[in-house]
Amino acid sequence: MYRTWKALQPYALATPQAIIFLMFLVFPIVMIVVVSFWQFNGYAMTPAFSFDNYINVFTSQVSLSTYINTFKYVALVWGTCLAIALPIAYYLTFCIECESIRVLLFLICTIPFWTSNIIRMISWIPLLGREGLVNQLLLNLNIVQTPVEWFLYSDFAIVLGMVHLYNFFMIAPVFNSMMRIDRTLITAARDMGASSFDVLKEIILPLTAPGIAIGSIFVVTLTMGEYVTVRLMGGGQSASVGKLISTQIGSLQYPLAAANAVILLLITLVLVTGILRVVDIRKEL
Amino acid sequence: MAKKLLTVFFALFVLFLYGPMLAIFTLSLQGPDGALTFPVRSFGFYWLGQVFQEQRVGSFVESFQRSFWLGLLVVAIAIVVSVMASMAFRARFRGALALFYLTISSLVVPGVLISLGIGITFQVLSIQTNWFTSGLGAHLTWTVPFAFLIMLGVFNRFNPYYEEAARDLGAGDVQTFREVVLPLIFPSLIGIALLGFTLSYDEFIRTSLVSGQYNTLPLEIFGMTTNVTSPALYALGTLTTLFSVTLIAAGFGAYKFFSR
Repeated sequence: MYRTWKALQPYALATPQAIIFLMFLVFPIVMIVVVSFWQFNGYAMTPAFSFDNYINVFTSQVSLSTYINTFKYVALVWGTCLAIALPIAYYLTFCIECESIRVLLFLICTIPFWTSNIIRMISWIPLLGREGLVNQLLLNLNIVQTPVEWFLYSDFAIVLGMVHLYNFFMIAPVFNSMMRIDRTLITAARDMGASSFDVLKEIILPLTAPGIAIGSIFVVTLTMGEYVTVRLMGGGQSASVGKLISTQIGSLQYPLAAANAVILLLITLVLVTGILRVVDIRKEL
Repeated sequence: MAKKLLTVFFALFVLFLYGPMLAIFTLSLQGPDGALTFPVRSFGFYWLGQVFQEQRVGSFVESFQRSFWLGLLVVAIAIVVSVMASMAFRARFRGALALFYLTISSLVVPGVLISLGIGITFQVLSIQTNWFTSGLGAHLTWTVPFAFLIMLGVFNRFNPYYEEAARDLGAGDVQTFREVVLPLIFPSLIGIALLGFTLSYDEFIRTSLVSGQYNTLPLEIFGMTTNVTSPALYALGTLTTLFSVTLIAAGFGAYKFFSR
């Protein structure tokens, strides 16, 4: 009796978690795939099997340029986040000697990520707007004669906003990987005559790669379906797949939104698998 | 030299992180004549008070309550479920890898898909979406994976001899868990609670299509960005940020206290 309970125990313990993900992740995604083949006529959707929605997506000039736009955001946000994360993590790991100061500085980097994304978005308005602080400064210094318009409600603002929202998701794993590097490796390399650049290229970067991979997965998946930033910082002019989906839902075109969602999911999966191919992250877990 | 440059870079980065938020904090501390942009015209707490006046900015108080209770519910479920599952992972069982990948993919799937999927599911099944049903489910897809990954890490460093000792002394499974395992993992549970609550409290995209008739706080704030054009919006931002920061400070204090 006790034996069977011991054997069954892990299954019993794991069941609630499995149920949650089956109910709220697997089943909903299956439903999206099913509905993406349904038909709709402006009022209601009807069960059917039709490729119309997909044909619609692939033949529409608007949706194609939206996809390209989304890739552009993802690439720019990812690149910028990485360009910020590497020096910040390097600084915290190798330039700060005192452990408690390092923890304190890291905490300073985390605090903004505990507050609402939407608040963090709207907080750019008084800075970057037409009458914002930055424009006032530039006008007073006579650097520009008329307010700069593209600071806000532009692609620049969208990328800036997303980098502001998500850079921590890159910094944390990169920092974590760097902290695990054995310091004696670096000392040994220096003893053998390696320059700082060699140390960076031959030791630090390769050993940080798993952290970069995990960070990249986070940043890519977070920006892929993003539409809040696109809406608030893009000012209605710009589009991303996430925003396209939310607009289609707004006008009750569920099957079309579902088709876009399926394509978005497939692209995300390809990107994530691609990252996992390059770097083995299992060692990090 | 390189260190100096990096220090400057770090300082600029902190300015980038905090600058915008400091701007709205400052602008929310204005008198009734305050505007959405600098310069600050007069100093006062007028707009902070306006947040609680329902007719001006919608039902901030009610949506805050909904987000608060939803956060607590999410935390309670996430803790129970993730502790159970991570205990299961200490033994080998069939399907463990599948469950692990399922949990990870919940983090990797773009949030808008979760929202759309749950929304469509409820619609097809003709169930009314609601913040405490579909909303709860959407939040769990985001908080349970984090809780689970933290618990896996905790049990990786956990010494099973303590449990064996308790069993040798005649304790049953339940007693061992309550008197040995639980006190040892308690500080980590505070960490999970804190993380889970803020993840749920601030969640927007996953909630956006499934909250039903009544908005959670982030949805309410999002709605206000389109129709409120007074510093009340900033004041709301200041207040919820203060709430989050207080919560982190309290949780951090509790963590320090219990891990001693």
